[in-house]
Amino acid sequence: MARAISTRRKIGITALAWALGLLIFFPILWTFLTSFKSEADAIADPPLFLNFHWTMENYFAVQERSDYFKHFWNSVVIAGGSTLLGLIIAVPAAWSMAFVPGKYTKDVLMWMLSTKMMPPVGVLIPIYLIFRSTGLLDSKTGLVIVMTLINLPIIVWMLYTYFKEIPGEILEAARMDGATLREEIIYVLTPMAIPGIASTLLLNVILAWNEAFWTLNLAASKAAPLTTFIAGYSSPEGLFYAKLSAASIMAIAPILIMGWFSQKQLVRGLTFGAVK
Amino acid sequence: MGRITLDKVAKRFGDVEVIPPLDLTIEEGEFVVFVGPSGCGKSTLLRLIAGLEDVSGGQIRIDGKDATLTPPAKRGLAMVFQSYALYPHMSVRKNIAFPLKMAGMDQAEQDRRIDNAAKILNLTDYIDRKPGQLSGGQRQRVAIGRAIVREPAAFLFDEPLSNLDAALRVGMRLEITELHSRLKTTMIYVTHDQVEAMTMADKIVVLRAGHIEQVGSPLELYRSPRNLFVAGFIGSPKMNLIAGAEAKKHGAATIGIRPEHINVSKTEGAWKGRVGVSEHLGSDTFFYVHDTGLVDDITVRVPGEFDLKSGDTVYLTPEADKIHRFDDKGLRFE
Repeated sequence: MARAISTRRKIGITALAWALGLLIFFPILWTFLTSFKSEADAIADPPLFLNFHWTMENYFAVQERSDYFKHFWNSVVIAGGSTLLGLIIAVPAAWSMAFVPGKYTKDVLMWMLSTKMMPPVGVLIPIYLIFRSTGLLDSKTGLVIVMTLINLPIIVWMLYTYFKEIPGEILEAARMDGATLREEIIYVLTPMAIPGIASTLLLNVILAWNEAFWTLNLAASKAAPLTTFIAGYSSPEGLFYAKLSAASIMAIAPILIMGWFSQKQLVRGLTFGAVK
Repeated sequence: MGRITLDKVAKRFGDVEVIPPLDLTIEEGEFVVFVGPSGCGKSTLLRLIAGLEDVSGGQIRIDGKDATLTPPAKRGLAMVFQSYALYPHMSVRKNIAFPLKMAGMDQAEQDRRIDNAAKILNLTDYIDRKPGQLSGGQRQRVAIGRAIVREPAAFLFDEPLSNLDAALRVGMRLEITELHSRLKTTMIYVTHDQVEAMTMADKIVVLRAGHIEQVGSPLELYRSPRNLFVAGFIGSPKMNLIAGAEAKKHGAATIGIRPEHINVSKTEGAWKGRVGVSEHLGSDTFFYVHDTGLVDDITVRVPGEFDLKSGDTVYLTPEADKIHRFDDKGLRFE
């Protein structure tokens, strides 16, 4: 009897999970489908689900009108560069907070997190002005710097949580074995934290790749990443849903593929601290 | 190489004085055991010597050179941790090679030393495995291997056997003692287990609340404990400590008599009592005797079997020349 209830419950929960999953996935699916429709089919009422004429014309049109690969490359440089730079700063920072905590370590961590509570638009003007006077506007360097700063608190927090799980005695053993601080971090801490660092890296690449506010405001053409590429198909061109969808799919495809192949690492990254 | 001198070494954590100023000399080649109950500061003292903690005062000299501010890596000491602290991502070989690699030693010499250590510690068969694939005893051997390849001035052991099961512990105890007689290098060994201290040490340092209670060879501590604390701590089962009228008869505030120095008879003796629990170890029998009018329980150790049941009346006679006398400050006097 108890078994029957639990089976029914299992089916219910599974159905609910699938329903939620599909609900979350639906916008992406719809975008995907729309990208293969003609502009007329895209705005058809009632909407067409699968019974439309499939076409690749939007993709050709998008690639003809704007340079996908230039934007793609900018995204790679900005997301990858800011992640690497972030890690280089965050590994030693998280090391010191996890293994030689001081009186104010907890406060510093909270303060770093609190910067994420600030609406970015609040500092847009000052940063814009600084960038203008230092010539960083519309430059990849500028965007790498901004992205690094935006995501640094999250990188430090994640690494801190992972490092906390590493027993301090192992690092002391390394010190006794004659390792300098640098060698201790390179040869002992980092390899042990590789799973943690990998999921931090993945999550950060995704965050930086999808970040739109700063990239749209600080880069217009030369350093513009894929977010600008998508935005280019929204308002000024009128309502070209199919082309906008094609551009969106092209922009998210690389990160979607990367995410697909690193699911396991990502799940650990997203639930960090929650499960051991 | 390997003479370590502590000169008024003290340690405070904030306002808490964990180790008040303390002097101690560890001679070259000696096997010294720090023993004491949990929280007595023995591990802290070892970590001060290792350099993993900074001293709050005093001076540490290694082979005559002031090492008080020297970082751990430069002190030439090797440490074996309770948790083994192996590098989980490295094979046994790489673990053992790590200190040599850090020292920038050439590959040929590294290989020679690693193979030698592996042979001494029977590690050759699993030299390419990762620590996760080894048993507790094997891991501890790797940790020791990592320590010996460096040929350090001294070895520091921080409760290295606590995580092993009882049988393995006895085996490893023997191995470490044999290692010491082979290498003749100074070893400092921290334990809360007085049996380990008694069996392994050349010199035991008994600590309580950061104070050194007594320093001496195992038998010195056994034969003439300086005070009540050492008397109660060294020896298993514990020494019987008797205060009151019986002690006054011997002109002392407290007298102590070890369980093995009490003769047992069914018919006559100095103290009469009733047998409570008896523990049969085969080689020995321990009796816990009640109602003697002295203390709650008198523990008696009799070699072999002795035919006494719970509730039987028993007569106990302490060996007169084995009675320890302590004054009202708890200090032993002759």
